[in-house]
Amino acid sequence: MAVEAKSLSTPIHGVDDEEAELREQLMFDPRPREELNRMVMESMVHTTPRYWAVVAFLAVVVLVCLFGAWGYMIATGIGLAGVRKPVYWGVFIVTFVFWIGISHAGTFVSAILRVFKAEFRRPFTRAAELMTTFGLAAGALYPLIHLGRVWVFYWMIPYPNARWLWPNFRSPLVWDFLAITTYLLSSTIYLYLPLIPDLAMARDRTKGWRHAVYKALALGWRGTEAEWARLRKAITIFAFAIIPVMFSVHTIVSWDFAVSQTPVWNSTIFGPYFIVGAILSGVSAVVTILVILRATLKHMDYFIRKEHLDALGKLLLVFSMAWAYFFFNDYLVSWYGGYEAVRKVLFFHSSGPDAWIWWSMIVFNVVIPWLTLWNRRIRRTPWVMLIITLLINVGMYFERYTIVPMTLAHQRFPFDWGTYVPRIEIIISIGTLALFILLYMLASRFIPMVPVWEVREGQEAHMIRQIGKARVPTVSELE
Amino acid sequence: MAEEKQTGRWGMVIDLDVCTGCNACVTACAMENNIPWTGEEDAGYGRGMHWIRVQRYWEGEYPDISPHYQPVMCQQCGRAPCEPVCPVFATVHSEEQQINLQVYNRCIGTRYCANNCPYIARSFNWFDYSQQIPTPMNYYLNPNVTVRRRGVMEKCTFCVQRIYEGQERAKAEGRAVRDGEIVPACAQACPTDAIIFGDLSDPDSRVSKAARNQRRYTLLEELGTEPKVTYLKGEGTYGG
Repeated sequence: MAVEAKSLSTPIHGVDDEEAELREQLMFDPRPREELNRMVMESMVHTTPRYWAVVAFLAVVVLVCLFGAWGYMIATGIGLAGVRKPVYWGVFIVTFVFWIGISHAGTFVSAILRVFKAEFRRPFTRAAELMTTFGLAAGALYPLIHLGRVWVFYWMIPYPNARWLWPNFRSPLVWDFLAITTYLLSSTIYLYLPLIPDLAMARDRTKGWRHAVYKALALGWRGTEAEWARLRKAITIFAFAIIPVMFSVHTIVSWDFAVSQTPVWNSTIFGPYFIVGAILSGVSAVVTILVILRATLKHMDYFIRKEHLDALGKLLLVFSMAWAYFFFNDYLVSWYGGYEAVRKVLFFHSSGPDAWIWWSMIVFNVVIPWLTLWNRRIRRTPWVMLIITLLINVGMYFERYTIVPMTLAHQRFPFDWGTYVPRIEIIISIGTLALFILLYMLASRFIPMVPVWEVREGQEAHMIRQIGKARVPTVSELE
Repeated sequence: MAEEKQTGRWGMVIDLDVCTGCNACVTACAMENNIPWTGEEDAGYGRGMHWIRVQRYWEGEYPDISPHYQPVMCQQCGRAPCEPVCPVFATVHSEEQQINLQVYNRCIGTRYCANNCPYIARSFNWFDYSQQIPTPMNYYLNPNVTVRRRGVMEKCTFCVQRIYEGQERAKAEGRAVRDGEIVPACAQACPTDAIIFGDLSDPDSRVSKAARNQRRYTLLEELGTEPKVTYLKGEGTYGG
């Protein structure tokens, strides 16, 4: 409720400031319903030549860097990548974990904040949910890309076959496959459910092909009381149900590493450590995208305020601290265990030829957020937040790079130590980044980026009440 | 297969005291098992394909240094870390020979097994190396061993083709496999007879006796992988 949002704010600026902040977060300057609808519709159909130029550029990048390079690699061999003995997994797996981490944003912002009724979430749940879907779309490519023989990838799927073989259910890769498909399916449904009233809104205000598509997608939504009641129930069920799915996905990704015998990978804390990292990286990416949307999408400065960035910035600070705690815990216990192979790997992380990656990770994930995000003015300056959140995501990428190739490079037998240099992986990773941005840009002109009904619901439900001498923001019971 | 059950567990003993690090085993293994050469550039980058390698460590400072040699191949673990992680059962335990085998046709190239192998005994076909063999050289390929295509993992099989051959010959002659009858390529090529191969389930076999030597140890014993390869300490530890 509103009280949740209040507890996150710092009461150092006096009551009036605090109230003003809440007014902004909860958008206490309601506009007529039709105007809100019009604003969202305009943001959706409004395109500039520059937009199409960027889309065309990204499409070319996706074609060349993702499909071109991947096709060439399928035709030639996985050896085009920089993987070698003993670093059998490289940047492909790093980027895979990175995208799966990004995909935690939507569920966290949308489901967890919804369940806890953090009211400031309302205007940007959709933006975060879209990141989940597209992050998964980009990430789910990597288990295929990195296969030696991708043309037989379906052997991992349990299906009746002439070989009379199931996949090996003891293998974490099969768990991965099942977890990611479950998450992709459930997060897509979870994206779709709150979208239905907005699609119906768009249906009623468009003509031509858009009208036809929205009409099909809106499933005949009319907005009756019974429909709303069912929708709320479905969203609540999904919001609760998708949270354990989200936890399971990154835990299982971490088990790819944690169940192995490899020193440093074999850590019992990897599950929660990966989840905290994923949420840190996902929420950072939400802030990045919100800043960009605010600057590029029409009317977005009404829906996304500095106070929202402020609230998310506080969350980021908390998660940066949580990440540091898990990292330190993992590191300390591994190091203290005194197993020679583990110590060698940890020493290699911080002093080997790639040590700059490890140190950058510390700086980007801990030092920079801790030094900046406590400051209210910094949290409210969009371009500074853009830089900080991008750096956090670079730091999280480096974290995965440290965990995957830099750990494999230094295994138990010194005779086999070797360093890893990524080759075609870099091009393909750029390709999936372009794919993510491209999908997001196209979606921003097709899917209502702001859940209008949720914003209106919030605006109608909240008010400032005078209780004794205090003025308290309250929320009426809608849900 | 009751009559073959008695020829149970194949094992190997490597006496480091007599190993000279000559790499004859590496060469013999490559010829026997159709192991492709990967070319100068790839081998230099760490993609040399060997099912057996001679690890070399130096002790002391130049000029007073002494080299230590240790041939390492797949240890044919009794509880192999590579097996449970494969999503498609491409790396499996053979019931009959009690060794760990790779089914090339089933491998899809996730390379998880190689990551989980503490001995780093596995090699991956990054490219179609076997297709790059120039024409007259393809006659060197051993017809008893599959030529692997790209995208699959491979590793030492204890020369399983020779094990089969020996078992079949013994069966045809109506007798048990004699000790020392089956010799993998590395053991055959070893000039100092440092590699001893045989049946560990027979307590009187040469390999069983050698494996009970007081100098015995297995690699990374603390992991509990139960390797079938036993090493005998060398370097003059026991007056050798």
